[in-house]
Amino acid sequence: MKRNIRGYVLLAAFTAALCVPASGVSASKGLPTSVGKGEGKLNLIAWEGYTQGQWVKPFQKKTGCKVHAHYAGSSDDMVTLMRQGGGTQYDGVSASGDASLRLIYGKDVQAVNPKLIPDFKNFIPALKSPPHNTIKGVHYGISLQWGPNTLLWNTKKVKPAPTSWSSIYSKKYKGKITVPDNPIQIADAALYLSKAKPSLKISDPYELTQTQFNAAISLLKRQKPLIKKYWALASDEIGLFKSGDAVIGASWPYQTNTLKADKVRVKDEIPKEGATGWADTWMMSAHVQHPNCMYKWMQWVSTPKVQAEQAIYFGETPANTKACSIMNKLSAGSAQQYHCGASKKYFNSIKFWKTPISKCDNGKNDCMNYSQWQQAWTQMKG
Amino acid sequence: MYLASLVALFLSSFWTVDPFTSVVQHIWNVDNYKLLWEQSAYHSIALRTVGIAAAVTAADAVLAFPVGYFMARIAGGRSRAFIFVAVLLPLWSSYLIRVYIWRLILDHDGVLNWSLRKVGLPAANIGYTNWAVWLIFTYVWLPFMILPVYGALERVPDSFLEASRDLGAGGWTTFRRILLPLALPGVIAGSIFTFSLTLGDYITPLLAGGASSQFIGNVVYDSIGSQQTPFAAAFAAVPLVVMAVYLLIARRLGAFEAL
Repeated sequence: MKRNIRGYVLLAAFTAALCVPASGVSASKGLPTSVGKGEGKLNLIAWEGYTQGQWVKPFQKKTGCKVHAHYAGSSDDMVTLMRQGGGTQYDGVSASGDASLRLIYGKDVQAVNPKLIPDFKNFIPALKSPPHNTIKGVHYGISLQWGPNTLLWNTKKVKPAPTSWSSIYSKKYKGKITVPDNPIQIADAALYLSKAKPSLKISDPYELTQTQFNAAISLLKRQKPLIKKYWALASDEIGLFKSGDAVIGASWPYQTNTLKADKVRVKDEIPKEGATGWADTWMMSAHVQHPNCMYKWMQWVSTPKVQAEQAIYFGETPANTKACSIMNKLSAGSAQQYHCGASKKYFNSIKFWKTPISKCDNGKNDCMNYSQWQQAWTQMKG
Repeated sequence: MYLASLVALFLSSFWTVDPFTSVVQHIWNVDNYKLLWEQSAYHSIALRTVGIAAAVTAADAVLAFPVGYFMARIAGGRSRAFIFVAVLLPLWSSYLIRVYIWRLILDHDGVLNWSLRKVGLPAANIGYTNWAVWLIFTYVWLPFMILPVYGALERVPDSFLEASRDLGAGGWTTFRRILLPLALPGVIAGSIFTFSLTLGDYITPLLAGGASSQFIGNVVYDSIGSQQTPFAAAFAAVPLVVMAVYLLIARRLGAFEAL
């Protein structure tokens, strides 16, 4: 039975592969200049917590676009889902920086017109045309929210409060540690090594030479016996912390908020080494079936109120600077807590997810590419 | 359709993927198989998968025999019907729900540890380990072993057992010399189910496994998830070969007459 299904999946993937043309980005042509009437339906791929009823229900009421959301567990998931069935199944995706370029160069998403998004002018400058969604001045999506990956711990079991990523590589919490089951986690190890082992000269955790890469992998191999479980979905990590199977781990602020709401004693922090992070973009499928609803959705999630609601719900920072005052109205102090309207300096201190490619910033071709990251991750888990 | 998908699987295992956009490129090579052969991590994943599948099959056979025997030879019509329903009832609920329930049982603060603590025993802490994976598989596939074993045992004529007793054989000898050989095709038939179902699964290791619980299915799933379809196809060929060998042996042992 299982093998049979797997066969079909492969055949579908194989057919889909034949339909995808060679890579390369062409200049956009014929961008829409107005948004028409909604098509009544909208199929989205989103991170858990990005399509809450709080802002989806009023959207449906206002536009008549019924939202069907599918949660993805990783950026790899998102890319796969966007390509499924020839790419017509989903209208849009809330892609992070490590998926957005793959989707653009794989021709899975199309250019959008930011002039149709009234709130676009209020975005922080760094997110108007960031390199992860804008190529040669062509926008392939509308920035949404951003934030750091955090260190999460149980305040009853972990004392004193950890201040360094070294705590998830230390034997002290053996069998009680959980980290994401995601190849991009190699960058977290590299970020830690960039501070803990300066002799490796790691300047960008996504651009690793063979030596630097090997050092990160061997750190992860030493970490493996200490791990309780590599979590695939945010809800898995929440479960592990609730049941007491894990007491410390790498996390998103979303898990912290959910656990706190469930009265689990947890706290999260950006450790002294800094953090990796995400900057998400709503992107429109190249084979979009409900384009007007998708544009209406991008308009809606960019409005200050929805930006503030999502920021507080998930625990991240809105792109729209007008959202900051509303955040403080909804929950006092939250704008400061999540660095709303942050300075360029803070923004640049976070190492945002991006797709590792062979070509390093210095122009040499000796960096490890993403498929090497993926393979190393699977082999490391063994 | 089934054959076509197998052929597509086999063909695509010789292709490659563009490292940046992850689009499949139709360049013939054997790199995927070479990678499988050279990386010891994939050997241990394959061995773990086959090993746990074998352990699940053995445990199910041991558990199914007394249940099948009781149903076939001891129970009356009513209690037999009751056991039938009891065996089949779990199959009516979703597989996922059953795995999640086991997770709640085996969790650090789960039912098992809670009960152990109540009676003063140390906590077992087998949640999120390969033990948990083995236990859950044994549970979910047990009905697939009980039914063929019951079928085989029911077909053993009473006169054989009486003859054995008349000739002075004790219970153990009768079991070893008469019942076991006659029930073996049933056990083998059941083992085809338990073995192949475990071999192809990835959900239980994903949900209930620990840090070292990757199955072949998980690597295949992750590889497809990360656009490495050709490599996934190559690794998926491994359980195919294992199953083909297994079925050949099973046919030798007469399992197909017992189905």
